[in-house]
Amino acid sequence: MSGIPHLGFIVAAYAVTTLVMLAMIIAVVLDGRAQRRLLAKLEARSGVRRAGSAAPGDGSA
Amino acid sequence: MYVLANPQNFMRLSGRALPWLVGLSALTLVVGLALGFDAPADYQQGETVKIMFIHVPAAWVSTLAYCVMTGSALGTLVWRHPLAEASQKAAAPLGAGFAFICLVTGSLWGKPMWGTYWVWDARLTSMLVLFLTYLGLLALWHTIEEPGRAARAASVLTLVGAIDLPIIKFSVDWWNTLHQGSIFTRTGSTVDGSMLVPLLIMAVSFTLIFATLHIAALRNEVLRRKVRRLMLVSAAEPPPEAVFTRTKVAS
Repeated sequence: MSGIPHLGFIVAAYAVTTLVMLAMIIAVVLDGRAQRRLLAKLEARSGVRRAGSAAPGDGSA
Repeated sequence: MYVLANPQNFMRLSGRALPWLVGLSALTLVVGLALGFDAPADYQQGETVKIMFIHVPAAWVSTLAYCVMTGSALGTLVWRHPLAEASQKAAAPLGAGFAFICLVTGSLWGKPMWGTYWVWDARLTSMLVLFLTYLGLLALWHTIEEPGRAARAASVLTLVGAIDLPIIKFSVDWWNTLHQGSIFTRTGSTVDGSMLVPLLIMAVSFTLIFATLHIAALRNEVLRRKVRRLMLVSAAEPPPEAVFTRTKVAS
């Protein structure tokens, strides 16, 4: 295997491609998780708020 | 197309399509890599020709991503469609990633073949301009906070930058370059079948990877806009304690 001329260039090219692809995949997956987490948190908070403001006898009506 | 233009329909249908796209991308990548490593060495370039199986698909996808962005830019400026805005924003980092892969693998291929990592010839320079345009667009998206304004500004820059696409394609015909000419001609391909088949499979694989990541990133953008809307609504609404205090003071 080490007898292949310019092996280092071939390995480096595939290594860089793998790293960049993995970085793009990880970035998209982590961003998706973060957005879903934030959305769930905000929806829960707005749900609580709506329920809170609609409660009878709380003086807000 | 009209069904997909509705964000809710898009989220539903893309959620179903994504697992299939992931599977197809992985399958074509494994087959392409296996056939590529099994392909014979080139009579002139030897084993370094294996770099072609990642360099050429990366170059193809980096220009494809820009074509997608150009179409989305038109969708943003003409129809002001929120999905077109999101599509532009989602494609930019992916296009930059593939352009980076193309430039680095090209340099690593150039050194043993040409004796240099870089020359300022038309093909290499126009590809570098594409990469820098992607970086400029990313910077622009991060500079303007309001998504609608950012999208319109990015659309104008994207359409101006699209002039680079035909320059990249025809640079090897218009100028005398160190970079080789197109491997696809009107009469067929100049590449032997033993290398052409893995090359085409890798091109399909890279295209599927881009499509998968673009759809996933577009879904993230739709969610981000929903989060932003909810944040604005929640900032406009007074917290329950404030409502209670105000009513108490009023009474």
